[in-house]
Amino acid sequence: MAELVATLASTHHPFYLKATTMPVEQQMPQAPEWKRKVESYRETLAKTKPDILVMIGSDHFHQIFLDNCPQFLIGKAEAYDATFYNEEREFGIPKYLLQGDPQMSGFMHQHLMDQNFDFAFSNELKIDHSIICPIITVRPQNDLPVVPIYTNIFAPPLHSPKRFYDLGRAIRKAIDDYPSDKRVAAIGTGHLSLELGGPRQFMETGPDPDFDHQAIDWLRTGNIDAILENVSLESMEKSGNATHGFLNFILMLGVAGPEAADYVDNLDLFHTMEAYFTWYPKEQAA
Amino acid sequence: MSKYYVNKFLFTVDRDPEYLKRYAEDPRTFVATWEQSIGPKLNDAEISTVHSFTPEERQALVNHDYVALFEMGAHFFLNLTIFIGIYDEPYMAKDGPLAFQKEFARKLEHWKGKDYPSVET
Repeated sequence: MAELVATLASTHHPFYLKATTMPVEQQMPQAPEWKRKVESYRETLAKTKPDILVMIGSDHFHQIFLDNCPQFLIGKAEAYDATFYNEEREFGIPKYLLQGDPQMSGFMHQHLMDQNFDFAFSNELKIDHSIICPIITVRPQNDLPVVPIYTNIFAPPLHSPKRFYDLGRAIRKAIDDYPSDKRVAAIGTGHLSLELGGPRQFMETGPDPDFDHQAIDWLRTGNIDAILENVSLESMEKSGNATHGFLNFILMLGVAGPEAADYVDNLDLFHTMEAYFTWYPKEQAA
Repeated sequence: MSKYYVNKFLFTVDRDPEYLKRYAEDPRTFVATWEQSIGPKLNDAEISTVHSFTPEERQALVNHDYVALFEMGAHFFLNLTIFIGIYDEPYMAKDGPLAFQKEFARKLEHWKGKDYPSVET
């Protein structure tokens, strides 16, 4: 069977590449520290020598729109183009071509359906920055095939935190059951507290620093019970209108299992708290 | 009211450099064109006949009025990115990085601490 070698969950700040590659005299003061932290985080993936990346993100109205909006979607293609015009324009992210793994995508799709997750699928999926940002940060050589999974954290009604955790558990089971000798890493991105297009956007900190610190602590200790007790769709809304990206962190904790993280780092940036977690597997999914 | 159709406007224009340019330069003409020939399109052969703007929605789009759009429940991400696409560069040249984004936040300050209008469609 395939082996899950690492689970990574992080924020995906779309300005990382631009902020750390612009001429030094124009860079923000935190740029060198940010780069150092990201490069150190990259090592937590590299040392596990993965063959395939299962990548969890959320389309930001790039390919998916309100005329046809799945809660969960899996990509099933030989390859994936990435980065839309408006992301190049706004964030300076270049275009990429990612290789796919249709065989593993197909296996996971069926396995997740069998576990009662009614996934939509796409044979022509163009990837956006929720999956390209982690390629830039943790695998910039872009040399591994990916199985992309999208969640809806954006267009209500949204699934509950518990459903996201359960989906993470189901993804873990699908990876563990994949009949292959490949080494698989699961990489997901989301947000801590975040406001976009509202009165609390682009402040000196994220809109709810208390939530950010609490969330980091919950993830550090793998405390899913505390998360499910304290975090609801309504509470996330109060922490910032785009805080529902935290659902992907909950999902990733489901992939890892309710375990303490092996690597935790964070960085207070000008309007978000960046956070980086890695778990190495200690248990087989139930 | 069609929150969906307002979002469709923001979505289709933000993702197309030519539409965005026309919307930035002459919003009144472009909004009219969009309603006639862009908004109804489902694909090159099919059109939809079921959506239209209210006068208030049309006016908010013509005026680049992101405060009114926020208050009508336009999706926060679409409402932000399209106007960053139009205003970020000129604001940055005049007042530095994030000047537009901070003004956007200031104009919505009266919503701090309140439940925002729902973006559900």
